[in-house]
Amino acid sequence: MKNIFSRPKSLKKAAFHYCAGCGHSITHRLIAEAIDELGIQDRAIGIPPAGCAVIAYNYFDVDMLEAPHGRGCAVATGMKRVLPDRIIFSYQGDGDLAAIGTAETMHAANRGENITVIFINNAVYGMTGGQMAPTTLLGQVSTTTPPGRSALLDGHPIHLSEILGQLPGTRYIERCAVNSPANITRAKRAIKKAFKCQMDGAGFSLVEILSQCPTNWKMTPVNACRWVTETMAKEFPLGVIKDLKAQAPTS
Amino acid sequence: MKGTIKIDGEFCKECLLCTTVCKNQNLRPAAELNSKGFHPIELKEDADCNGCALCAVVCPEVAIEVYRE
Ligand SMILES: Cc1ncc(C[n+]2csc(CCOP(=O)(O)OP(=O)(O)O)c2C)c(N)n1
Ligand code: SF4
Ligand SMILES: [Mg+2]
Repeated sequence: MKNIFSRPKSLKKAAFHYCAGCGHSITHRLIAEAIDELGIQDRAIGIPPAGCAVIAYNYFDVDMLEAPHGRGCAVATGMKRVLPDRIIFSYQGDGDLAAIGTAETMHAANRGENITVIFINNAVYGMTGGQMAPTTLLGQVSTTTPPGRSALLDGHPIHLSEILGQLPGTRYIERCAVNSPANITRAKRAIKKAFKCQMDGAGFSLVEILSQCPTNWKMTPVNACRWVTETMAKEFPLGVIKDLKAQAPTS
Repeated sequence: MKGTIKIDGEFCKECLLCTTVCKNQNLRPAAELNSKGFHPIELKEDADCNGCALCAVVCPEVAIEVYRE
């Protein structure tokens, strides 16, 4: 029999430290598969965040350089400008991209930096123990919203991808999930398209991933995957938010 | 069997996502534990695998290789 599925070349044979069922793990594999299929292993540079993915450099077999919490897009900007032939991707959580790093993210996007961002939205601060993130749903219980997030006290969940989509500097933004085979296949296609966008010099691309965090959601992995579709995707609808890739790059 | 899978039991964390996507219910946790303390997934003796790879697609640990005729 013929092998039709195995570990991508750009993913080291190392056991992930992530919890069972975590969306970070699945997304890591998809990024590595995309890198392999585009043949950019020797050109890619990843930027891991502060957060559960802080040691992502242990897994990707590409160059990696850590950024401080929230600063992925700023670091990516510098890298891409100094090394324009490299394919730069920043990997950031929701606490990272949508809270502490909002300014860096917005301005990099607005400048139309030719970089790719993988945005892991798990609706909590995962690594630090499940505190409310800007993306936490209304009514969602977290360690800092024990009765559930209240719009009055805590504000509404922020839709950063849609906000970024309004900036003229952004080219391609899509929201995906990694909770089912069909959604995982779509997410892989989106990640590949985002890298392609950068390879074509077309400008800022971002893929948001609704990513199950069974541990902090206090669910089994199977129930967490269900929750992504039944609850989380109602607040954060899946699909293309912006796609100007077909147009010529701005001068 | 038109297909089969190879499971690296040391990588498995028993999340059970694969068991929910296999149309033929071919997968179950093994009786013994791996060194991390999980019951790694195994193919049942009477498994009828068609090599669809859905289990490998959802496996967070990249613990499954798939083979097809
Ligand atoms: C500058 C700075 N502030 C705060 C922290 C503490 N810190 C580490 S991870 C984290 C939040 C992580 O949440 P998120 O970005 O959503 O990633 P996740 O763990 O959920 O994937 C915080 C606040 C830090 N490491 N650096
Ligand atoms: S705490 Fe959540 S995000 Fe972090 S590794 Fe565990 S499941 Fe994944
Ligand atoms: Mg988070």
